[in-house]
Amino acid sequence: MADSEGSTAVSAGTLYDKVWDLHRVAELPGGASQLFIGLHLIHEVTSPQAFAGLKDLGLRVRHPERTVATVDHIVPTTSQARPFADPLAEEMLATLEANCAEHGIILHGLGSGRQGIVHVIAPELGLTQPGMTVACGDSHTSTHGAFGAIAFGIGTSQVRDVLASQSLAMGKLKVRRIWVDGQLQQGVYAKDLVLHVIRTLGVKGGVGYAYEFAGPAIEALSMEERMTLCNMAIEGGARCGYVNPDRTTFAYLQGRPFAPSGEAWERAVAWWSSLASGAEAVFDDEVRFDAASIAPTVTWGITPGQGIGVDEAVPTLDQTEPDERPLAEEAYRYMDLQPGTLIAGTPVDVCFIGSCTNGRLSDLEAAAAVAKGRHVAPGIKAFVVPGSEQVAAAAEAAGLDAVFREAGFEWREPGCSMCLAMNPDRLEGRQISASSSNRNFKGRQGSASGRTLLMSPAMVAAAAVTGHVSDVRALLNA
Amino acid sequence: MTSPTPFPSGPITGVSGTTVVVRGDDIDTDRIIPARFLKCVTFDALGPAAFADDRAELATAPSGPHPFDRPEHQGAAILLVNRNFGCGSSREHAPQALMRWGIRAVVGESFAEIFYGNCLALGIPCLVADHASMLAIQAAAAEAPAEIFRLDVAAASLSAGSQQWSLELAGGPRQMLVSGQWDATGQLVANDAALQATAARLPYLQAFAAASAA
Repeated sequence: MADSEGSTAVSAGTLYDKVWDLHRVAELPGGASQLFIGLHLIHEVTSPQAFAGLKDLGLRVRHPERTVATVDHIVPTTSQARPFADPLAEEMLATLEANCAEHGIILHGLGSGRQGIVHVIAPELGLTQPGMTVACGDSHTSTHGAFGAIAFGIGTSQVRDVLASQSLAMGKLKVRRIWVDGQLQQGVYAKDLVLHVIRTLGVKGGVGYAYEFAGPAIEALSMEERMTLCNMAIEGGARCGYVNPDRTTFAYLQGRPFAPSGEAWERAVAWWSSLASGAEAVFDDEVRFDAASIAPTVTWGITPGQGIGVDEAVPTLDQTEPDERPLAEEAYRYMDLQPGTLIAGTPVDVCFIGSCTNGRLSDLEAAAAVAKGRHVAPGIKAFVVPGSEQVAAAAEAAGLDAVFREAGFEWREPGCSMCLAMNPDRLEGRQISASSSNRNFKGRQGSASGRTLLMSPAMVAAAAVTGHVSDVRALLNA
Repeated sequence: MTSPTPFPSGPITGVSGTTVVVRGDDIDTDRIIPARFLKCVTFDALGPAAFADDRAELATAPSGPHPFDRPEHQGAAILLVNRNFGCGSSREHAPQALMRWGIRAVVGESFAEIFYGNCLALGIPCLVADHASMLAIQAAAAEAPAEIFRLDVAAASLSAGSQQWSLELAGGPRQMLVSGQWDATGQLVANDAALQATAARLPYLQAFAAASAA
């Protein structure tokens, strides 16, 4: 491992080791390390109590220029006119606006052209860069690891700490390399890959680890696909996931508003290139997968680890590890799915395309390719929520909104929407959704008895036009 | 109900009180505090909402009310859980709701990382028991809900009457709790000079000039 203290010369070790060493401020008396946070992202849900805590301590924001805000969780996706119909939502946004104004923090608000889900806008603005530490009061902060950043979710007390000191008390993680050979089949996406990884390693498998995703199949992924992959590292228990920066990363960043430019660009690329895990890097663990063997993957249960290929049946208790059986039985009851029956053909009520996992332009393109020339099946509510104002504008410029509308989908305003129940987009009663989001927990989508089937955006579109869970590969070849 | 005891402060060397058992693996933070309760700008009102949907579901179930609704568990201070408790969302609202309901310590087979860190930042120790011990602890607690359990943070052990179980607590969190330094803000702010020195060597804060100089 490189000892880079006092120097930026980094050559050995994993990317995680290098970035950690570079950002380590001090060792704290309790044994944790103090870690400098290069980029602090905030939103309306987990920051108000942190600002209040800061005020209680008589402190100011130490580095307001390293803090960036947006609003995403509570915004309605039908009408975003102010004040919001929900007074609690309005109070949360007004509080964020007041806190940002008081502390000199840039807020990419509604109608700015830059608002959107925090994990969509920071990459598209070029704020997220290789070699940074990125923290946000949101578990899906792991998304930013797609750039070779060390990015993780934190709680509100830690948001307060970062506001106060631009740093955090943390323990170092172990690193597991997830090496993926081969190539994903047509109709199989990064979402399927990560659902497959979580299905295999379990939702607890990553606790204590950072996941490094590497290998030919990972190198072939676009930046948006890498973001989908790293986004769900947390669903596998890994607080952060990352991909080593490469030419794909640099090509994505070049020309973005907050990316370096001019001579600094060349220096940045040289430094970013030096951060990748070296050939001699030692990993605490390694697991290998073959991309070609992965099918479109769908969850059938109440954790993201309860997933199967679309051509498989809901596992029986006999096919389930003994210590996973109580959870499987709970899932059978809650989901009302019979063990041993094929998941394909399961009727759905609601189809949701969007979220920080799958609300980017390429996600909408993949779904539109399935929707084009087809129509949403009778009785099904289907809607598309772009991840940001920029994604919405790009999709509309490409005519995707028209493709979706003609196919019977609603085209909405950007926000977190039905990924979680903090805005008007919710399941009702025991409705079952095909959802491109990240969590199928009980009650997650806003009804205490609502049910969620996680899948890729193309698979959601396939479910919308057929009325049930369907193998998108058959539609792509039709 | 809302906690009658003060919130954690200063050194946390032990927690004594009655227990409440919530069985099951992978209990996520959406279940501990459903998202609709996150529409708030303070944590003050979260106590009664802990496990709201699970409690509503079980209120009319044959298995009877949720443990948080059983009269014998009102006032419980020690929560006894199984594997990967607190997975999912980073919402600190989850430990805030548990704390405001009355929980002062959690013992389980394993914890999700962000939840664990959030608890530590509130002065709520999370200690780990192996599978066999956890089942024994939960059985003992279920059998004697009025029994006072004593959690010794420094020794990482739990006892009730004549029974005692060894637990695990990593050295760092243990030291932070027993020394009263679990609230890290003061230390972080005090290290400002070292913090600025770190910032000065980060290439991305220096127009990447340091990269070519290295």
